[in-house]
Amino acid sequence: MSQATETETGTSEDGRIESVSGPVVVATDLGARMNDVVYVGDEGLMGEVIEIEGNRTTIQVYEETSNVAPGEPVENTGEPLSVDLGPGMLDSIYDGVQRPLDVLEDRMGAFLDRGVDAPGIDLEKHWAFTPTVEEGEDVGPGDVVGTVPETESIEHKVLVPPGHEGGTVESVAEGEFAVEDTVVELDSGETVSMYQEWPVREARPTVDKQTPTTPLVTGQRIQDGLFPLAKGGTAAIPGPFGSGKTVTQQSLAKFSDADIVVYIGCGERGNEMTEVIDDFPDLEDPNTGKPLMSRTCLIANTSNMPVAARESCVYTGITIAEFYRDMGYDVALMADSTSRWAEAMREISSRLEEMPGEEGYPAYLAARLSEFYERAGYFDALGDREGSISVVGAVSPPGGDFSEPVTQNTLRIVKTFWALDADLAERRHFPAINWNESYSLYRDQLDPWFEEEVASDWAAVRQWAIDTLDEEAELQEIVQLVGKDALPEDQQLTLEVARYLREAFLQQNALHDVDAYSPPEKTYLIMGAIKTYHDEAFAALDAGVPVEEITSIDAAPRLNRIGTTEEYEPFIEEIESDIEHQLGDKY
Amino acid sequence: MKEYQTIEEVSGPLVFVEIDEPVGYDEIVEIETSAGETLRGQVLESSEEFVAIQVFEGTTGIDREASVRFLGETLKMPVTEDLLGRVLDGSGQPIDGGPEIVPDERQDIVGAAINPFAREYPEEFIQAGVSAIDGMNTLVRGQKLPIFSGSGLPHNDLALQIARQATVPEEDEGSGEDDGDGSEFAVIFGAMGITAEESNEFLADFERTGALERSVVFANLADDPAVERTITPRLALTTAEYLAFEKGYHVLVILTDMTNYCEALREIGAAREEVPGRRGYPGYMYTDLAQLYERAGRIKGREGSVTQIPILTMPGDDDTHPIPDLTGYITEGQIMMDRNLNSQGIAPPINVLPSLSRLMDDGIGEGLTREDHGDVSDQLYAAYAEGEDLRDLVNIVGREALSERDNLYLDLADRFESEFVQQGYDTNRDVGETLDIGWELLSTLPRTELNRVDEEHIETYYREDVDTGVAGESENESEGSADADEAAAD
Ligand SMILES: Nc1ncnc2c1ncn2[C@@H]1O[C@H](COP(=O)(O)OP(=O)(O)O)[C@@H](O)[C@H]1O
Ligand SMILES: [Mg+2]
Repeated sequence: MSQATETETGTSEDGRIESVSGPVVVATDLGARMNDVVYVGDEGLMGEVIEIEGNRTTIQVYEETSNVAPGEPVENTGEPLSVDLGPGMLDSIYDGVQRPLDVLEDRMGAFLDRGVDAPGIDLEKHWAFTPTVEEGEDVGPGDVVGTVPETESIEHKVLVPPGHEGGTVESVAEGEFAVEDTVVELDSGETVSMYQEWPVREARPTVDKQTPTTPLVTGQRIQDGLFPLAKGGTAAIPGPFGSGKTVTQQSLAKFSDADIVVYIGCGERGNEMTEVIDDFPDLEDPNTGKPLMSRTCLIANTSNMPVAARESCVYTGITIAEFYRDMGYDVALMADSTSRWAEAMREISSRLEEMPGEEGYPAYLAARLSEFYERAGYFDALGDREGSISVVGAVSPPGGDFSEPVTQNTLRIVKTFWALDADLAERRHFPAINWNESYSLYRDQLDPWFEEEVASDWAAVRQWAIDTLDEEAELQEIVQLVGKDALPEDQQLTLEVARYLREAFLQQNALHDVDAYSPPEKTYLIMGAIKTYHDEAFAALDAGVPVEEITSIDAAPRLNRIGTTEEYEPFIEEIESDIEHQLGDKY
Repeated sequence: MKEYQTIEEVSGPLVFVEIDEPVGYDEIVEIETSAGETLRGQVLESSEEFVAIQVFEGTTGIDREASVRFLGETLKMPVTEDLLGRVLDGSGQPIDGGPEIVPDERQDIVGAAINPFAREYPEEFIQAGVSAIDGMNTLVRGQKLPIFSGSGLPHNDLALQIARQATVPEEDEGSGEDDGDGSEFAVIFGAMGITAEESNEFLADFERTGALERSVVFANLADDPAVERTITPRLALTTAEYLAFEKGYHVLVILTDMTNYCEALREIGAAREEVPGRRGYPGYMYTDLAQLYERAGRIKGREGSVTQIPILTMPGDDDTHPIPDLTGYITEGQIMMDRNLNSQGIAPPINVLPSLSRLMDDGIGEGLTREDHGDVSDQLYAAYAEGEDLRDLVNIVGREALSERDNLYLDLADRFESEFVQQGYDTNRDVGETLDIGWELLSTLPRTELNRVDEEHIETYYREDVDTGVAGESENESEGSADADEAAAD
């Protein structure tokens, strides 16, 4: 988090604690503004002003408040909750208020103690700055003045900050600098360094938003194939515990073709973050071959960490995402889980004794959710550049019931809905995305891309798969009553084809080295192979071959092994030709 | 230390006191009643003139004359290795008549959160000796894996079986087989609101097996104060963390019954007139439970580990009830007990379908358990689920109307319950045995059905000698019931 310093204007005044109740502290005589950061009590715990009523200021505290007592001082920084922006955020792991967890471990050991603050980026570290402007050039907000090799995969662009007036470059430096050092001076008297600060609750400015037309390729068959997400799009993954929200989010973080990934563990398990910290450095981005961590920023505010910081962590994350968007990158942000953020809002709201809305959530729940998802999009950034933020939010509905407020309010906003299903998860059909309930409103606008880049009949084959699955759903209802053998042969065959769609196409094992990532070409070829089986099988049926003979050919079950086969192209060719021969021989 | 006689209000488990010097949030309070009894409590809300106190032992006997002392610190647990072998009440006072406990340290019972950066990812296989767990929902060191049960189901028998049998295979080498002392775990047992009978069952078993020497028991029983239940698990976990992270023990913490703990939270919330969340439980129950469950784990560079097996009884056997629901959202899976299986005599009556171990994947496989483990488990899941589905259909159309393939799956589902899950509470199966039973079942299906198993493993383990179809059926039925008889005889 930003090392907020006291403003010299003298408007800020220190106050005293009047009462303490969990993460909520009330102070008196504190001359603070809404959302100012304050330091609470003798230990100086970080907090944020969330309500002002006469002389009483209510503060949400980002650390445990045990033993904090009325009468202790509250110090105002006079600055809103902000993040530090600059090189060094990638390959980092932060808590909900951007304190680097590795630095905290160094300072206080394995357990998170209180009252320790640390800047979000290393202020001492020197970076190699290469200017891209010369003296005499005119620059304005958002213009690139130089670059810094931030990680192996990402070139960090140093921008004129949004608030600057801009002007003519008077001097520019080159070489190794700390982030706060001035690298460019303008005739307006303004200076530019590699460091910026930005209040988390405010979206960074852009010029315009466009309709997204490029997919965020996820490497997940059901997602790319049936319910694609756009770069700059929004998606929700709701599901009960154990249905696969986290595994899906992690797969997206590993395999999607974003330039930058911001992964927020909001109020979830500690070990899940540890897993990411352990695994990512050893994994490669399949799109670039570079280490995954070098494009990733992690934010971990686990369920046992202070609840107020759970409320702020999504804002910290999206602000960091916006900063890289401003550089012209495609950023993907995963928030696991947005329900914990909503619950943190509810918890704080109830301590404020606000009038509760539906299920105790504050009345502003819907507004906060839509403000957040609005920060996603495909943007014309300042400085004549395009960049995008795709947001994928996990939702954890109580009892798995999607009619609850967080799921419902989220669904009103997002355009892609990946509905997880406990029943599928129980039978270990993963990803347990229910294909009857899920949807993507981006499908039509993304089809041209898939048709251009992957296969010209992409949309047609997909439609065939969807129709077959729909037909299966209808037939299954009849089977539940009379059994499969009572169906006419063609319908039995449809069920068999649909089974392969489920097992060979929709299922994808995120824990299998090869299967975990399915490039769009493979996704398409698997769909195509099943369609070949379908076409050949129905031809055989028409020629009078009994259905048992058709379904018992040994080439068909091999369809289920394509996913886990690395050299899938020859394998698929062989299966298709075997299917043709084995069925052709029968008539 | 200032003493007040300014109690303004007593309401349920809460006492409101007027004060004139500031008191810290969460601070410990002693209240002396006019009858001379000393009760302990904790500050729930602190303002300049008033504090709200939650009294652990309940407020019975408190009147406005009672005197209130603020101890100036938060609740601490006196910890030492000497706690091993001791039985304490739900507030941490010895009740076994043993010597006074001389603490090594006094630790805050609200444990600080482990920095996720400092955690070591848990991946050491614990062999519970129970097929439904080892084979299908493997437990690892440092995991939190609750048992979701219902009233009257044998969750205690299962918990005890795990406590008795749990071993970490590689480290077990050299130690004699079947010496009845396979576990190298220190066991912390935290009882909240269970009956004296249940508690005795645990203690008797600990004594019988000699486990008591490496156990610490915290017992808050059904007739002990309800509010005390909110601190019992914290005392237990503080002790566990100390033994694990400072003394290098591998600690297994059994907490039972979490449902009683949550009821106590609800009672306090109601007394404070808080806006209730779902079904009257406090809105912060997720956070509160997370502060217990997340205290399981491993830490980089430290020897020991804290593994948690919390037990909860689902009200109305409903897994969407807030207690199991919020628990499942925090824990690393769940073991689900099933009333139907129980009435069929399956012991332990674990329904593997809704059960899950999220940490299984990294704890199993080549070099850890066996290379075919993951595939066998996946395939058994899929096959059992398919057989389960068909049972409904059979009731409508009868077996004859089903295809041959369907019949194979139906048989497999039956045998899975009667041979794989069924084992009784005294049988300790090693993981190889468990997987072999799995292969015996899978081999009743044609090879081509095993689409989740690597072809190499099919080559190695698929058994051609296994009967499929009708002949196998009757044979297995008798085998299954023999097992059940054996278990019943225990
Ligand atoms: N795509 C997948 N492939 C394989 N296993 C999966 C997949 N998705 C989920 N799982 C399994 O389901 C378990 C629960 O998934 P998780 O994402 O943690 O659920 P949630 O976050 O919804 O509680 C995982 O531990 C894993 O075993
Ligand atoms: Mg999850």
